[in-house]
Amino acid sequence: MLGKSQKAAHLAEDITDFTVIQGRSLWQDARMRFVRNKAAMASVFILVLIVLFTILGPYFAVWSNEEIDWNVMGDVRGMGMPSVESGHFFGVDDLGHDLYSRVIQATTTSLLVGLIGAATALIVGTCYGIAAGYIGGRTDGVMMRFVDILLAIPATLVIILLLVVAGRSFFMLFIALGAVGWLTMARIVRGQTLTLKNREFTPAARAAGVSEFTIMYRHILPNLLGVVIVYASLLVPEMILTENFISFLGLGISEPYTSLGRLIAEGAGTMAYGTLWQLMYPLTFYVAIIITMFFIGDGLRDALDPKDR
Amino acid sequence: MSLFSVKDLSVRFDTPDGVVEAVKGIGFDINPGECLGIVGESGSGKSQTFMAAMGLLPPAGRAEGSVMLNGQDILNLPVNKLNQIRCDDVGMIFQAPLTALTPHLRVGQQMREVLQVHEGLQGSAARARCLEWLDRVRIPEAKRRLDQYPHEMSGGMRQRVMIAMSMLCSPKLLIADEPTTALDVTVQADILDLMVRLQKDEGTAIALITHDMGVVARMCDRVQVMRMGAFVEAGDTREIFRTPKHEYTRTLLEAMPRIDAGDAPKALDKSEEPLLRVDDVKVHFPIHVSGGLFGRKVPLKAVDGVSFDIRKGETLGVVGESGCGKSTLARAVLQLIEPNAGNVSWLGQPIVGLKRSELNKYRKDLQIVFQDPLASLDPRMTISASIAEPLKTYRPDLTDRERKEMVAEMMERVGLNANMINRYPHELSGGQNQRVGIARAMINKPKLIICDEAVSALDVSIQAQIVELLRELQQEFGLSMIFISHDLSVVRAVSNRIMVLYLGRIVELGDGELICSDPMHPYTRSLISAVPIPDPDVERSRQRLKLPGELPSPMDPKAALRFLPSRLAAGQTDYVPRLSEVAPDHFVAEHDPLEVIMGRA
Repeated sequence: MLGKSQKAAHLAEDITDFTVIQGRSLWQDARMRFVRNKAAMASVFILVLIVLFTILGPYFAVWSNEEIDWNVMGDVRGMGMPSVESGHFFGVDDLGHDLYSRVIQATTTSLLVGLIGAATALIVGTCYGIAAGYIGGRTDGVMMRFVDILLAIPATLVIILLLVVAGRSFFMLFIALGAVGWLTMARIVRGQTLTLKNREFTPAARAAGVSEFTIMYRHILPNLLGVVIVYASLLVPEMILTENFISFLGLGISEPYTSLGRLIAEGAGTMAYGTLWQLMYPLTFYVAIIITMFFIGDGLRDALDPKDR
Repeated sequence: MSLFSVKDLSVRFDTPDGVVEAVKGIGFDINPGECLGIVGESGSGKSQTFMAAMGLLPPAGRAEGSVMLNGQDILNLPVNKLNQIRCDDVGMIFQAPLTALTPHLRVGQQMREVLQVHEGLQGSAARARCLEWLDRVRIPEAKRRLDQYPHEMSGGMRQRVMIAMSMLCSPKLLIADEPTTALDVTVQADILDLMVRLQKDEGTAIALITHDMGVVARMCDRVQVMRMGAFVEAGDTREIFRTPKHEYTRTLLEAMPRIDAGDAPKALDKSEEPLLRVDDVKVHFPIHVSGGLFGRKVPLKAVDGVSFDIRKGETLGVVGESGCGKSTLARAVLQLIEPNAGNVSWLGQPIVGLKRSELNKYRKDLQIVFQDPLASLDPRMTISASIAEPLKTYRPDLTDRERKEMVAEMMERVGLNANMINRYPHELSGGQNQRVGIARAMINKPKLIICDEAVSALDVSIQAQIVELLRELQQEFGLSMIFISHDLSVVRAVSNRIMVLYLGRIVELGDGELICSDPMHPYTRSLISAVPIPDPDVERSRQRLKLPGELPSPMDPKAALRFLPSRLAAGQTDYVPRLSEVAPDHFVAEHDPLEVIMGRA
C-alpha cells in the first residue's frame, strides 16, 4: 500500500511539475483569452444559434419558400400576420410567400455570402499584401500598382462584368465579391508588413537561420493578424450589402431565392401599410449577425495580442 | 539662503493597477551657483521629482509637499504663474534634443518666442539677444543657424540650442535632465564643458539629473543618490566617490567601468588560421539627393574598406561615434547586408555572395545580439519560442521534449527563471529581455557572437551583470566576440583588441589596454580623453584633446581626410589614408602631426 501511494505521489509530482513548465503557444494563449472574453463568447453563442436555426428550421416549416398562400394574398395585413395556427410563424410577405421559410433561406445566403466573401478577401488580400510588402523593391511597386489600377475601376463594374461574362451563379457571386474585397485588405496588410519588416526581430530571425518564407508566416503574419481580423469583421456586413446591391441590379440572387438585404428592402417598402413584421424579422437576423461579427472580431484581436493579458 | 529647496516632496500616480508612489517624501536644497547631481537608475523617480516641482506631471500624477524657489512655494501653482517662473527663474534641458525642439519652426523663431513671452522683447533686439546666446554656447556660424530648422543640425548642435534657449532669460537655476545621454562622448564632453562655463560665468545653479557617475564626477559639487523614490545617500562629491557609505552607492560605483582601470584583457597571440577574416569590406548605400530634374544618387560610404581578423576565443571591441558604420559592419559580416565589395571568410571559406541555404550552414556558428532587447524579440512569441527558434532550424532532429529541456537549461544558464517560459517580451524588464536575446544567440553554441551595442540601453548595474554573463559564457564555450559599443569604458573592460572606426574606415586597431592608455591616432586620443572617469580628482585634472569642428557628415567627401589636411590642401580629395603597422599587432591610419590638424581651426 505504502509503495503504491509513494508511486502515486511521484506521479502526481511529475504531472504538477510538467504543468508548471509546459510551454504554451500564442494560439493556446489566444484561445484562453478568447474564452474569457464574455461579450465575444456570447456573440459566438448567438451566431451558433442562428446557424442551427438555418439548419434545423426547415424541418418545422409548414410552407416552403416558393409556395404562395393564395388565401392570405389578398389581405396580407389582415390575415398574413405571424401566427402559429396558419403555419406562417413569421407571417407572409407582400406576395403571400411564407416569411419563416424565406428568412431561413435568406439568412443562409447572406451568411454564406458574408463569410465566404470576407474569407476570400482575407486570404487573398493577406497573402498578396505580405508578399508585396516583404519582398519590397520593384516587385512591391508592380504588385501595388496593379492593386491601384483595380481600385480605380469601379467595383460594381468589375462585379457586373464578371457575372455577365461567366454567367450568374452562386459560385460566381462569391468569386466576384472576393475579387473586389481583397484590394483594400492587400493595401492594409502591405503597410503593416513594411513597418514590421523594419523591426529588429526580422533580422534577428534571419540571423537565426529562419527562411524568408518562415519569417513571413511565423513572425510577420501573427503580428498583423490583429488589424486584419478587425478589418475582416467589418467586411462581413459590407459583403452582405454589396450582394444586396447586385441582386437589386438583377445579377445576384433571384426569385425564388432571396437574401436578407432584399427582404429588408421589401419590408421597408411596405412599412407604411402596417405590415411591420415583414421588416422586423429579417432586420433582427441581419443586425444580430453584424453585431456578433463585430464582437467576435474585437475579441479575436484582443485574444491575439499578448499585451492584453 | 538656498535658491531652490524641496521639502517632503512625494509624487503619486493613479494607475488602473492602483496607486504608484514614484517619489517618497524627499527633500534637498540647491544653493546659488552650485551644481547638484541627482543620480539613480531608470525608474528611481529622479526625473519625476523635477517634473513635479515644475508642474509638468502628467494628469494622473499628484504631488504633495513643498518646493520653495527664492522663498516662494511654487508647487502646484496654476499654469500661468508657473509659465512665468519656468523660463525667468528656472531653465530646463531635456534628454532628447530632437523632440524638445519644435520641428516645423526655425531655431531663431523658437528662441524669439521665449523672449517675447517673458520679456516682451521683439524684432532686432530679440534677434541680437538670440545671436549673442548662440555665440555663447559656441555654435559656429550662429547667424546662419538662426534661420535653420532643427533637423538641419546635429544632435550636439540641437542640445546647444536647447541650452541657449533655456538660458535666454538668465535663469538662476538650470535643470538638466540627462542632457548628454543621447550624445556621443566627444559631443558630451563639449556640452559638459559648456555647462561648467555657464555655471562659472553666469553664476547659474545646475541640477544635473543623470545615471552616469563619470558625468557626476566631472560636474557636480554635491550628489544625491536616489533609489526607488527615496534618497539613499547625499553629500560632497569627492567624499561620496572616496567613501561611499550606502550599499547601493557602492554597487553603482563598482558597476561603472573605468577607462583608466588598466585591467583590460591582453591581446591573444596570432594563431595560424583566424576564425573570421574580413578583407576590405565596403558597404555603400545609394542616397537620393536633390538637384537637377530627377535628383541623383550619391553613394553613402557607411563602411569603406575595413579589414580585420578574429582569433579563436578573443574579443574584438569596435568603437566609434554614431554614424561611423559600426552596426553596418556587423550586419555585413553576418551577411545580413550584402557588402558591395570585399570578402568575408569563415575558417578560410569565403561566405560573401553565398545562397541562403549555404549561408545558413555558417550562421549556426555566427550569431548576433542586438541593441534594443525589446525590438529584437517578436512581441507575439513567448520568450521560450524565441529562444527555441534557432534550434528548430539547425537541430530538426530534436523532439519537442528535448528542445524544451535545452531551452530551459539555457534560460537557467543566462539567469532566467525556467518558469518564465510562457512570458512575453513586454512582460519582462530590459535586462531580462537582453538575457533572452543572449540565450537565443547562445543556444546553438556558436563560435562567434557579435554584440551590437548589446548593453547600451541598460542601466549601469544591469549592464555590469550582462557584461559579466557574456564573459562567463565566453570562458565556458570558448567563443569569440565582436563587441560593438559607443561606450569606450565598457569596450575596454571586455576586449582583447580594440578597433576604432571613423566614417567607415579603421583609424586604429590594436591591443585594448594600449589603445586606451597610449593612443596614437589623434581621433583615438580625442575619443579617449573625452570619456568621463568616475573619480572627481582624476576627472577634473585631466586634459582634454579637443579636435576642431563637429563630427562631420559621412556624405561630405572631405570629411574622410579630416586627419590629413595636407593631402586636402594638395587637392587629393579622393586619397585613401593607409593603415600602417607601427608596432606588432598595432595598426594606425596615416595622419598628419597633431599640430597641423589643430592648426587648421
